[in-house]
Amino acid sequence: MLLMIFLLIFMNIGAIIAIETKYLLSSVISIGAVGFGVSIMFLLLGAPDLAITQVVVEILILIILIRGTIRLDNTAIEKYRDTFAMVASLIFFGLFLTFAYVAFKALPEFGHPLMRVSREYLQHGVERTGATNIVMSVVLDYRAYDTLGEATVLFTSIVGAFVVLRSQGRKKVGEEDTTQVGIPGDF
Amino acid sequence: MTEPDEGMTLIVKTIGRLVLNFILLFGIYIILYGHLTPGGGFPGGVIVATGFILLMLSFGRRIALKKFGDLAASLLDNLGALAFLIVAFLGFVGGYFFLNFIDRGTPFDLFSAGTLPLSNIAIGLKVSASLYGVFVALAIFGKAIVGGDRTGKGKAEGEPANSQEQKG
Amino acid sequence: MIVYLLTTFLFVLGLYCLVAKKNIIKKIIGVITMEYAANLFLILVGYKARGIAPILTKGASKTEFVTKSVDPLPQALVLTAIVIGLGTIALMVALCIRLYERYGTFDMSEIRRLRG
Repeated sequence: MLLMIFLLIFMNIGAIIAIETKYLLSSVISIGAVGFGVSIMFLLLGAPDLAITQVVVEILILIILIRGTIRLDNTAIEKYRDTFAMVASLIFFGLFLTFAYVAFKALPEFGHPLMRVSREYLQHGVERTGATNIVMSVVLDYRAYDTLGEATVLFTSIVGAFVVLRSQGRKKVGEEDTTQVGIPGDF
Repeated sequence: MTEPDEGMTLIVKTIGRLVLNFILLFGIYIILYGHLTPGGGFPGGVIVATGFILLMLSFGRRIALKKFGDLAASLLDNLGALAFLIVAFLGFVGGYFFLNFIDRGTPFDLFSAGTLPLSNIAIGLKVSASLYGVFVALAIFGKAIVGGDRTGKGKAEGEPANSQEQKG
Repeated sequence: MIVYLLTTFLFVLGLYCLVAKKNIIKKIIGVITMEYAANLFLILVGYKARGIAPILTKGASKTEFVTKSVDPLPQALVLTAIVIGLGTIALMVALCIRLYERYGTFDMSEIRRLRG
């Protein structure tokens, strides 16, 4: 518990550095520190699958951000502050934190989850699906529709990235593109 | 600015060549044993994609694309999605969508849990191919600015060389 | 409770970065921070005190496993969400590259000044 709080404070400090620093490269590296902190948190919370995924995804995010964007423009941001936007957003986020505090009182206490559905999964998952990793049995058997939808979302986002990045099409501009089709004028 | 085609230094190339096989092996292990140990299609696919991205970063674009191009990546992506759907539709053999129709086997065996390993393999294929594909897209098609002028005004002279490179 | 609040604070930091910063890469970093906080919060809700991972090991007793294991349902939902987040971030980076190609800068106010 104390270790978790310490890690969360570490992640908050990393996020503040990532947000407020002037140099974009240090900002991206700080967000990497936050991501690895999240990975260690997952490990402490009893989710090894998520810890593995988070580490690898974090590495890929760093590579994509550095190769894709920082390479182009690594100039320091000049200090330009929009005071009204800052103050307004800070006030609204203070309100957000207050309402979150009120809402968290309705949640079950930390460390005592409800687990009405999950107890069923834990009790009968091994006999019904044959998989000893209950997370995988939920992902691929009990809630496979959800996984199908997520695969569709992944597919859509990748196709979107391809479409945005491909500036010219595969086909070359040739003769057949300029010929007129349809009803000729002297019909 | 150095030419991005060349790849990195000799040290990186040697270590990358040594490590790459182990990364791919570990990814495939994570995919295949997903229903027994922590892992599964999603993390394993990302690990395999990381291995190919290491190949591309260390050896340069040309060698990596010769091994595994963007067309192959998008083809494998579609193939993985289709395989997952086919596994789902095969459930109609027993009655409904996503039915676990193969025999469950005994727990703790590699060949157990019915269709779960098949779905894991399909998802691993899909995730690895699509993430590698998006990185290839960022590296190839986003290159019009990386190789060209920093202000983005020298695009006219950078364009023909660029389109020729895409052919090769 | 304090764990939930710290996670919410992380979320709020990401939201602040998304709203108040001018640089597009800073905005992407804000989105990444929010995504981490949301994933972490879902897992925190499902945590059981001194729990074990929801993976049955050989020779472990079933009743002890059922009573001590943490909630597997949020883990299953977050597992896919992490990978989806990577896909959406790749899409955002692609849009950023196109914007940079067009305007030669990552600054939002600069982009607004240049065109329209």
